[in-house]
Amino acid sequence: MDAVENYEQAVKELEEIVSALEKGDIPLEKSLELFQRGVALIKYCTGKLDETEKQILQIVEQDGECSEIPWEPEAQK
Amino acid sequence: MQERLTVSQLTRYIKRVFSFDSVLSNVCVTGEISNFKLHSSGHMYFTLKDEESVIRCVMFKTQAQRLRFMPEDGMKVIVWGYVSIYEAGGLYQLYPEHMEPDGIGNLYLAFEQLKQKLEKEGLFRSELKKKLPFLPKRIAVVTSPTGAVIRDIINVLFRRFPNVILKLYPVKVQGEDAARQISDALRAINLHKSADVIIIARGGGSLEELWPFNEETVARSIYESEIPVVSAVGHETDYSIADFVADLRAPTPSAAAELVVPEKEALLKSLYDIRLRLKRALAGRIQNERQYLARLMKSPAFRHPLDRVNQRKMDIEAIRKDLEKSITRKLEIEKSRLGTIYGKLDALSPLKVLARGYSIARNESGGVIKSVTQVRPGDFIELFVNDGKIHCEAEEIIKADKSE
Repeated sequence: MDAVENYEQAVKELEEIVSALEKGDIPLEKSLELFQRGVALIKYCTGKLDETEKQILQIVEQDGECSEIPWEPEAQK
Repeated sequence: MQERLTVSQLTRYIKRVFSFDSVLSNVCVTGEISNFKLHSSGHMYFTLKDEESVIRCVMFKTQAQRLRFMPEDGMKVIVWGYVSIYEAGGLYQLYPEHMEPDGIGNLYLAFEQLKQKLEKEGLFRSELKKKLPFLPKRIAVVTSPTGAVIRDIINVLFRRFPNVILKLYPVKVQGEDAARQISDALRAINLHKSADVIIIARGGGSLEELWPFNEETVARSIYESEIPVVSAVGHETDYSIADFVADLRAPTPSAAAELVVPEKEALLKSLYDIRLRLKRALAGRIQNERQYLARLMKSPAFRHPLDRVNQRKMDIEAIRKDLEKSITRKLEIEKSRLGTIYGKLDALSPLKVLARGYSIARNESGGVIKSVTQVRPGDFIELFVNDGKIHCEAEEIIKADKSE
């Protein structure tokens, strides 16, 4: 798949594809190509949204070095 | 004898003594304002007092209008000016040329001064403000690890977009060391590039409690940050210097969480809608194509494809018939011509001649005898008649007389 820089670019391209297809004056084969590209882009976007796993970390400094440790908000009361 | 002075002379003397006194001619006094009156002339009249003493003050319009605040009864202030004599009233008065609020007033002053300084340097310019990333993966939060602020940020953030990593940089948010800790955190995040966006946050409080976020060191570390910084300090109406320098100001810490991430549900719905439109558009396109083909198939060209062939066939047949007719006619004409010729030929045919009674005489060598000169008596002659030949011998040769 052609490189897409980021989520926003993908959405922009999707809008363009949908507009073009809705207009209807594109040859059938190109329409199918565009549709497939659209499906690939949607897959990319949903993938991006799920990419990162939820995590809460706290930065602690020990002897001048920073490290990340998991953090429980409830414990801090 | 002692010199006898008039009242005016005495008063003038006192005034001169005051004016030559280095302390009284340039004095800085703290006290509390009471009996404050802003005269219609623009001059301010009030009393400065402490526990034991009072002194009357007059601040003339020229200096008074330059004040950045409005003095009030009960306000603790610092004034700079001189002490002199009001001759007509027999009073000594303090004439402030400059006044500032005391205590917290110092903070206001410092705030104003730093704000102006940094604004002049261009730290607040809107062109310098960075855009926040649309889908940040790592969000650094510089705030107190205890209290409602971090809890609110966490709640709002993960409810809005659960797929992020939140990195808490715990700092003091008030007091002596706070400014240094906050700016250190910002610098560390930039050094390690450990986040895509930074939130610095602190809950509501007095100017003194919020003070660390008005310190120059914090302001500079925000300015130098290459990672975008969102500032959420105090209540909605509190504006700190951090707010001015930051790439974005949030009125509250919860609002900051809303500003840094989009709403996942909304994005998913939007993608869902796009998928639907995509499918419908393609289906529509295919349907159009089908209808077009169906229309084509209804046309006569499709339904009776042999029509044209048959039409052509008929055309060819017509041409063929024409051709036949003209050929036949031509043949007829030729036939009759031939017939005529044949008839003529026939009449001229030697056999017909023979049938009419003529005979052909040939000599022994087969040559045709056309003249009496070709024959001598005794010559052998073959006579051809219609139904055969007669072998003869010439007896007598008689030449024909032309006159007969």
